[in-house]
Amino acid sequence: MKRGVIAALLVGFGLAALPVLLAAAGQEFYLGLLTRVMIYALAATSLNLLLGYGGMVSFGHAAFLGIGGYVVAIAAQHGVGSAWVAWPLALSVVALMGAVMGAISLRTQGVHFLMITLALSQMFYYAFVSLRSYGGDDGLSMTRRSSFGWEAWWPTVGDMGFYYLALVLLALALLLVHRLIPSRFGSVLVGVRENEARMSTIGFPVYRYKLVAFVIAAVLCGLAGVLNVELNRFVSPSVMHWSQSGMLMVMVIIGGLGRPWAGVVGAAAFLGLEEVLSHYTERWQLPLGILLLSLVLARVAGWKLPGGSRKEPQHV
Amino acid sequence: MKRITRWALSLMACASLATAGATELRIGVMTTLSGAQAVSGVDMRDGIELAVKQLSGKVGGQPTRLIVADDQFNPGAAKQIAERLVKKDKVQVLTGIIYSNILLAAAPVALENGNIYLSSNAGPSQYAGAQCDSGFFSVSWQNDAVHEAAGKYAQDKDYKRVILVAPNYPAGRDATTGFKRFFKGEVVEELYPKLGQLDFAVEIARLREQKPDAVYFFLPGGMGINFTKQYRAAGIPDKTSLLTSQFSADQDTFAASGDAMIGVYNTGHWSTDTDNAPSREFVAGFEKAYGRLPSFYASQGYDAIMMIDAAVRAAGGNADDPVALRKALAESKFKSVRGKFSLGPNRFPVQDFFVRVVSRDSKGRLYNKTESLVLSNHADAYGAACTQK
Amino acid sequence: MLWIEQLLNGLQYSLMLFLFAAGLTLVFGIMNLVNLAHGSLYMLGAYAAAALTTYSGSYVMGLLGALLFMGAFGAVLEIVLIRRLYRQDHLTQVLATFALILIFNESVRIVWGVQPLPYDMPAALSGSVPIVGDLRYSAYRLALIVAGVVVALLLYWMVARTRVGMWVRAGASNREMVQMMGVNVRWLFTAIFALGAALSGLAGAALAPLMSVQVGMGEEVLILAFVIVVVGGVGSVRGAFIAALLVGMVDSLGRAWLPGLLGTVLPPAIVSDLGPALASMSVYLLMIVVLAFRPMGLFSPGATSLWPKWLRVRPSPMLAGSAPGSASS
Repeated sequence: MKRGVIAALLVGFGLAALPVLLAAAGQEFYLGLLTRVMIYALAATSLNLLLGYGGMVSFGHAAFLGIGGYVVAIAAQHGVGSAWVAWPLALSVVALMGAVMGAISLRTQGVHFLMITLALSQMFYYAFVSLRSYGGDDGLSMTRRSSFGWEAWWPTVGDMGFYYLALVLLALALLLVHRLIPSRFGSVLVGVRENEARMSTIGFPVYRYKLVAFVIAAVLCGLAGVLNVELNRFVSPSVMHWSQSGMLMVMVIIGGLGRPWAGVVGAAAFLGLEEVLSHYTERWQLPLGILLLSLVLARVAGWKLPGGSRKEPQHV
Repeated sequence: MKRITRWALSLMACASLATAGATELRIGVMTTLSGAQAVSGVDMRDGIELAVKQLSGKVGGQPTRLIVADDQFNPGAAKQIAERLVKKDKVQVLTGIIYSNILLAAAPVALENGNIYLSSNAGPSQYAGAQCDSGFFSVSWQNDAVHEAAGKYAQDKDYKRVILVAPNYPAGRDATTGFKRFFKGEVVEELYPKLGQLDFAVEIARLREQKPDAVYFFLPGGMGINFTKQYRAAGIPDKTSLLTSQFSADQDTFAASGDAMIGVYNTGHWSTDTDNAPSREFVAGFEKAYGRLPSFYASQGYDAIMMIDAAVRAAGGNADDPVALRKALAESKFKSVRGKFSLGPNRFPVQDFFVRVVSRDSKGRLYNKTESLVLSNHADAYGAACTQK
Repeated sequence: MLWIEQLLNGLQYSLMLFLFAAGLTLVFGIMNLVNLAHGSLYMLGAYAAAALTTYSGSYVMGLLGALLFMGAFGAVLEIVLIRRLYRQDHLTQVLATFALILIFNESVRIVWGVQPLPYDMPAALSGSVPIVGDLRYSAYRLALIVAGVVVALLLYWMVARTRVGMWVRAGASNREMVQMMGVNVRWLFTAIFALGAALSGLAGAALAPLMSVQVGMGEEVLILAFVIVVVGGVGSVRGAFIAALLVGMVDSLGRAWLPGLLGTVLPPAIVSDLGPALASMSVYLLMIVVLAFRPMGLFSPGATSLWPKWLRVRPSPMLAGSAPGSASS
C-alpha cells in the first residue's frame, strides 16, 4: 500500500505541474484534453464502484453525467451564475434520480437489471431531446462558467484554474472510494457481489446496501457531469446515450475491473488511445475494437493480465 | 465516438515564403462527412477544394493551409473539433458547417476567440438579428430566405390549403416561419419529424388524410431523399402539388431520388444553368475535377473561398489582422457565381431568389431549370435587431 | 381511413421488429448470450443485399443472396468466436460483442465508404395499391407485412412442430441431458445463431429500401430488440412476436396520435414538447409496466399461459419459453 501511495503522490505532482509546462510550450489546447480525461476518470471510477465492486451491471450510468450537466446548464440559463447554488442543486437532483432509478431497477437482476437501467437512461435521453426550450437535440450552451466567487486567487473560470479544480475533485473522489472499499460497507458490497443469497441469509439488508452504493456512484458520476458541462460550457442529450454508458464500461474494464485505479487508468488509456489513433487514421475504431476483443479473448483463455484479476462469476 | 479527419492539405506555396509580410492563411473547414447527411458535406468540401486549387493554393495571394474535419453530425463532437481547429491549429477563418444545430454549438468557439466564422450554409436567425457578432459573416443566406421565396411562390400560385413538413430543429422552425411570412393562405398542419428520421409513413398518412392543395417540405439531405421516394410510393393523388426548396432538389439528392423528382418545383438562389462567367467557370471546373455536376452547397463553398480571397487581398495580405479582415469581408467585392451579391449591414447576403423546376438536360442528367424570379434584392427579416455593426 | 393506414404502418413496423428480435431472443434464451452485435448483423444484411442487387441487377437475387450470406456469416462467426463466450458472464459478453460492433462498423466503412449505398425498391413494388375506398398503400410495405407474417408462421412451425424445434427447446432447458441423448448440441447452437443472423439480415435487407443503407443503422433498432426480448420473455419466440406487436404499435401509433390526443386537453405550446417526448418514451414505459407485473417478461418460463383457455393457441407449456431459470448476478 505504501508503494501505491508514493506512486499516487508522484502522479499527482506531475499532473499539478503539467499546466505550467504546457503553457510555457504554448500548447494550451492539451489542458482541455487532460481536464476531459480527469472528468471521465471520475465517471469511470464511479462506475467501477458500482460494477467492479458491487457487481451491478448498469447500462444506464451515463444518464447521471447528463442530468448533472443539464441541471447546471438550465440553472445558468435562468440566471444562476454561482457555483455554490448550481452545483449542490445538480448533485441533489442526481442523488434523487439515482435513488429513484436504483429503487426501480434493483428489484431485478442480471439481464433484466441491465435492460431496465438501459431503458431508464434512454427515457432521460428522450426527455431531454424533447425539451425544446432547453435546446433539445441540439444541446444547451452556457455563456460562462459558474463562479465560486474566489476568482481573485483561484480563477476557476479560466482554463488553468478549472484544471486544478478538476484535479482536486478527482483526488477527493478517489480518496473517498479508497476509504469506502476496505470499510465495512465496502466489504458487504463485495460480499453481495460474490454471493447475494448467502449475505441475505446472514442477515444483511442486501437491497439497502445496493441502493446506497447505486446512489453514491450516481452522485460521483453527476459530479463528473457537472465538471463536464463547466469545461465545455455545453451539454447535449448525446452525453447520456446508452453508447456512452457502454464507453464508460469499456474504460473500467480496460483499467482493470474491480481494482482501485481502474477508472483513472481506463479513462486515460481509452481517451489517450483515441487521441493518438485519430492522428494516424480516421478509422481508429477498428484497432480499438480488435484490441478490446483480444483483451476479452485473452481473459477468457485464462491468461493473467495486468488489469482485472478479479475472478469472474461463472455462468452455465 | 470521436472521429477527426485530419487532411492537412498543405498547399503551401514554395518560393514566395521568403517575402516579408507573407502570413500563412489557415482556413478550418468543418462539415458533415459521415452518415446519411454526408452528401451535402462532401459537396461543400469539394467546392472549397476546387476554389483553392483554382487559386493555385494561394488564397488572397498567401500560402494557405486548408484543414478539413468531420463534424459527425453531432453538436457535441463539433464543438470539440472546433476547439481543436481554433486553439490548436489556430485557424483565422472557420467555415463549412452545413447544419444549423451544429453551427450554434461550434461557431461561438471561433467567435469568442476573436476569429471569423464565415457561414457557407446555415444561417440561423439568431446570428442575423439579436445575437449577431462582428466576426460572423454569411456568404450563403439566412435560413428563412429560401422558404420565404417558396411562400411567395405558393401565394402567387394561389394555393389555398398547404401542409408544411420540416425537421424539429432550429432551421426547420426557421423554414416554416419564413414560408408563413409570405404565404397568406391556410396552413392546415405543420409536421415536425425528428431530425435524421428516415421513415415517414406516419407523416405521409396524415398528409393523405388532409388532402391539401400543396405540400411544402424542407428535409435536407438523406431525409428528403427518403421522403420523396416514400411519398411517390404511397400514391398520393396529383391534385396535391409537391413543392420544396433547393435543400431537397439539387445535385446532392438527384442521384438518389431519381425520376421521383422530375417536375417538382423548388426555390433557390443558384443553379447550374445560372448564366455568368464565374458560374460557368465553376461548373466546368467542378465537372472536370469530380466528374459530376455541383450542388448549391458546392457553389457556396466555392464562393466562400473566393470571398476570403478578395478580402485577404484587400487587407493587404495580412490574415492575422482581424479588424482589417472583417472590414474587407464586409465590403465583399468578389465575383459570386450568383452574379448579383452584396452583404447587408448585419453581414448577411442581399440577393435574388428564383423558382426552378427539376428537368433533364441535353445529356440526360437531372438539373434545376430556372423558371422565374420570385424575390429580388431580398434581405432577411432580422437585420434590424442586429446592433453590432 | 387514416387509422387503417396508421394500423398498417404499425403492423409493418412490428413485423420487421419481430424478425430482428426473434434471433436475439433465441440466442439469448437458449445460449444465454447477450449479443450487442446483433444490430451489426442487421446492417450487414442490408449492405449485402444492396451490394448483391447492384451486382446482379435483380432485387430477388440480392435478397436471397443476402439471406444465404448472413446465414453462412453467422455460422462462421459462431464457430470462430461466439461459442467461446457462452460460459462467460454477461459483462464479458457485452464487452466482446461491443468490440464486434466497432470492428464491423469500421470494416463496412472501409469497404463501402461513409456515404449510404443506393438501394431501391424493386420497380414492381414501387407503386401503391388500393386498399379500402380511396385509400392507397405502398405496395412495398404491404409486401413486407405479408413476408413478415409468412416468416413468423414458418418460425412458429419450426419451433413448435419439428424435431429440430424440439431439440432447440430441450437444449435450452437442459443442455447436458440433450447431449446425453445423442443430439449434437454444439452444431445445434451454431445453427441457431446462424438462423438468428439470417433473420436479422433479412430484416435489414427488407427495410433498407425504405430507410437508408448506412453505417450504424443497426444500433438504433438494437435497443428496441432488447426491449422486445425482455418484454416478451427471454427465449420465447411467441413472446417476441407479441412483444414486437406491442412495441411496434405503441411506437407507431404513439407517434401518430399522441400529439393529437394531448392537444385536446393541453395547450399547444406544451403539446409540441410533451407529445414527441412521450411518444419516444412510450416504449420504455411499456417495458417498465410489463416488468412491474411480470418481472420475467410476458411469456417467461414457469408462468402459465397469458391467454384465457378459450383464446389459447395450443395448451403447450413448453412453447411458452424454455429459457433456463438463470441464477444470474
